[in-house]
Amino acid sequence: MRQNLDVIAAYLIMLGLIILVGFLQSWSIALSILCFCLISAVMTMGANIQWGYAGLINFGIMGYTALGGLAAVLVSVPPVKEAWQVGGLSMIFCAFLIAFMVFSIRFILKKYNKSNKRNYGIALVIIVGLILLRLISGPAIHSIEAVNPATTGFLGGMGLPILFSWIVGAFFAGALAYVIGKIALGLRADYLAIATLLISEIVIAVIKHEDWLSRGVKNVIGLKRPVPYEIDLQTKEWFINLVAKFNQSTLNLITDVMAREQMLKQLVIEGSTVFVKLCFVGLFSIVVIILLIITQKALYSPWGRMMRAIRDNEEAANAMGKNVVKQHLLIFVLGSAIVGIAGAMMVTYDGLFTPGSYRPMRYTFLIWVMVIVGGSGNNFGAVLGGFAVWFLWIEAAPIALFLINLFTSGLEETNVLRVHLIESIPYFRFLMMGIGLLLIMRYRPKGILPEKIKHV
Amino acid sequence: MEIINAIVLLLNYIFVPALSYGSQLALGAIFVSLIYGILRFAYFTAGDLMSFGTMFTILFTWYFQSLGINLGVLPTALIAIPFGITVTIFYVLIKDKLVFSYYRFKKSPPVQLAMVSIGTMFVTQAIVRIVIGPFDRRFFDGEKFILKANEFKEMTGLNEGLTIKSTQVITLLVTIIVVSILFWFLNKTKTGKSMRAYSDNEDLALLSGIDPKKVVMITWVIAAILATVGGTLYGLDKSFKPFTYFNNMLPIFAAAIVGGIGNPFGAFLGGYVIAFSEILVTYAYRKFFIYLLPESIEPDSLLQLLSTDYKFAVSFSILVVVLLFRPSGIFKGKVL
Amino acid sequence: MTGGYGGADIISSCTINVDRGEIVAILGPNGAGKSTAMKAMLGLLNLKSGKVSIDGKDISKLTPQDRVKEGISFVPQSRNVFTGLSVQENLEMGAFLRKERVEEIIEEIFALFPILKEKKTQIVGELSGGQRQQVALGRALMTKPSVLMLDEPTAGVSPIVMDELFDHILKVKKTNVAIIMVEQNAKQALSIADRGYVLVTGENKFSGTGKELLNDPEVRRSFLGG
Repeated sequence: MRQNLDVIAAYLIMLGLIILVGFLQSWSIALSILCFCLISAVMTMGANIQWGYAGLINFGIMGYTALGGLAAVLVSVPPVKEAWQVGGLSMIFCAFLIAFMVFSIRFILKKYNKSNKRNYGIALVIIVGLILLRLISGPAIHSIEAVNPATTGFLGGMGLPILFSWIVGAFFAGALAYVIGKIALGLRADYLAIATLLISEIVIAVIKHEDWLSRGVKNVIGLKRPVPYEIDLQTKEWFINLVAKFNQSTLNLITDVMAREQMLKQLVIEGSTVFVKLCFVGLFSIVVIILLIITQKALYSPWGRMMRAIRDNEEAANAMGKNVVKQHLLIFVLGSAIVGIAGAMMVTYDGLFTPGSYRPMRYTFLIWVMVIVGGSGNNFGAVLGGFAVWFLWIEAAPIALFLINLFTSGLEETNVLRVHLIESIPYFRFLMMGIGLLLIMRYRPKGILPEKIKHV
Repeated sequence: MEIINAIVLLLNYIFVPALSYGSQLALGAIFVSLIYGILRFAYFTAGDLMSFGTMFTILFTWYFQSLGINLGVLPTALIAIPFGITVTIFYVLIKDKLVFSYYRFKKSPPVQLAMVSIGTMFVTQAIVRIVIGPFDRRFFDGEKFILKANEFKEMTGLNEGLTIKSTQVITLLVTIIVVSILFWFLNKTKTGKSMRAYSDNEDLALLSGIDPKKVVMITWVIAAILATVGGTLYGLDKSFKPFTYFNNMLPIFAAAIVGGIGNPFGAFLGGYVIAFSEILVTYAYRKFFIYLLPESIEPDSLLQLLSTDYKFAVSFSILVVVLLFRPSGIFKGKVL
Repeated sequence: MTGGYGGADIISSCTINVDRGEIVAILGPNGAGKSTAMKAMLGLLNLKSGKVSIDGKDISKLTPQDRVKEGISFVPQSRNVFTGLSVQENLEMGAFLRKERVEEIIEEIFALFPILKEKKTQIVGELSGGQRQQVALGRALMTKPSVLMLDEPTAGVSPIVMDELFDHILKVKKTNVAIIMVEQNAKQALSIADRGYVLVTGENKFSGTGKELLNDPEVRRSFLGG
């Protein structure tokens, strides 16, 4: 228990900060910060598995997040029948064609030894395949995108409850990670970083520009929530009673009936947003807790020991007959799949999918800051890193505003410098993240909660 | 005639733009490669250092413009570059003193230094965005074209015009000058040779009495110069937007790796390899074939191999192919 | 000299001296402290007691770089050339600290190792093993050292190259340089060394001329394999 004291203390401080926001700003803000903290925690756990357990640099987190988001769209949106009629068949055929290409490349790889002939064969399959794909998909895409472009213009999804997408997102991300891992794992750490960064940009490019699949930059809005809507709640009898019960003392102070009604109405509206966010917090917490249990169990299992052995001395582990490449691939896929879950969770929470908003600073490098700040190799550290860094990321703007006002209080309201600084407040968060990362790396290189390995 | 038209078309839309874009990438790739060779880590701040240098060049350009100083037909930015370089040199040296030197002294693994450079990336981006904002800015002034499409058409009587922007010529000339001086420095001067020696074999360089502090400092100075020049040329040719510069890190790294990272000359060529492939693959060849083919089999689709949105895919594919088949880069030979 | 890496002393009160124009071999079994003794002389290791002096000048407190200036030069066991630089550039780097013109010294090295002159502009990475060893020696000689230290020069070198290498070392000796070489390959080393020291657990147990050591029955038994 004693050795976990720092963990408990760190979490209590974090909780205290969020509650403080609840009191100072509003409970709605505090809860939405908490929701994103939980989502960030999931992402960080994914990245931490790769970096902390195995020492793999994955700068493609943005790509997996977006794939998770795409999964949310493809699972929850009802299918667009008309689009399927005009182009569905061709697109299915294309999918088969891609599968065929993959299998024939695998066949060539297996059947022939390393030679120029083999390379030419693969190149030929790829080129012919791409030309065929273009010829078949071109007209189909054109007609799909022409179907009612203002509202649909894409194939739509399966019309299932959005919660399924959390699993589907994991599969999407895992599948992509498998392909990338096959190609790029085994590269030097920094090459892997660049390769994954490029891949994630390509994923975003595909999602942004393949309108038939994801509506691209036209965004998908109004995704069905797994929790009640505020408007529905506000008319529900039980909910109004619940709010009345919670605020009995406040309401009893008001004697005028009309004013009391008015007050109750106000409280119900406020309460409904808080209630909805609480539901999300509950859902997300379940995911975080399940993942924490699994990852902790894995860390202390023989498998976890082996992963650490591989991380700390790849050659020795290899010499002892551990299949390093296979284990790296496994952990790369698992970590990415977890990031995929987070991506789906985020779109579920937002209720919309905006491919244009995926930026590497926010979705890749910020997550890395979280991992390093929290303590790589330590799952509790990773979760804490997700919390702390997200909290700072959001609260950076108010803090910066406060500081700017403090330091420029001698200047006039209309002073050019002051106005300029206040206008650039959103960018102070980059400064804070950068300086925070540099300070942590310098003075606490193992993170807030360093990796602790029980020696059994 | 048709064939000449087709060739001019390719010159105009592929060769000339790729040459200037390639030069801009090459300048970036050289300093990434140099830092990798001497400081031994992947410098992820590369794109943002370029935007930092460009930003100060722009600020000085505005200042000179407000004073009424200009170069006539040439862009004012050319006189601002030395000032931008000076500020950037100070910035990288301070950064090295405050941040990187500690890890070098501790002999930290390269991965840790790369992570540290993520930290400086955040800080540099913040500075750029706070000072000049995230918006798209053009700071080109002077004569825009050296050869206009119409003039070319009149001159030659061809259907296709050839446009040569002055920024393209400036890019090419400045690149030739800067790169020649750099390679002369690396290959002919004692300090340059000592840098190559240090990159080749650090222990032996120390035994020979080469001062590591000096080598590291000069590396940063060169990086600052190349970043500012490359960034400014890119900004003059296209426009200055911090986010684009950040993203340019990807083709720049691809170029450095293609050229065999740690090998500046390879990186220089790598810049052109990436630029030409990117533009060749994303160009729509329809018009080209209309010129060449008889009317009956003229194509009606764009004949574009890949939409321009996927230009990163080009860098990536080249990178993967190179890493799989020639992990040490496509240009073998001496390191540095 | 007494010293070690923290913990226990790896070398204790061992004395090694060498005169100009003389080859001294430091021999001994694995873990005897041969490399440690060499590091102590180079200044890569701080001595607990004892001193390192050259021409009567105490250099025990100097950094390795400053010791180079005082005339100690070192050829490491592996990675002892700049593979990406040309032969000429390797030599120039050897004389990095010299202010005056280095062309003359380079000419002297070329006179010593004529093959290097032919391959002047070639990249060292493309040379043969024997030629590389010459470049390594040449680079170390560029500082015009009074003491040249060689760390296991014969390790991983084929027998033919080894003979050639010894010829070169003898040539260097004639230029009035003191040579200290650490060797595991005792028989070969003693065949060209004027004197030898045999280190055992950090102390110099035996010393004497090459011939004496070769004929010493105890030395023969313990290190030379009978």
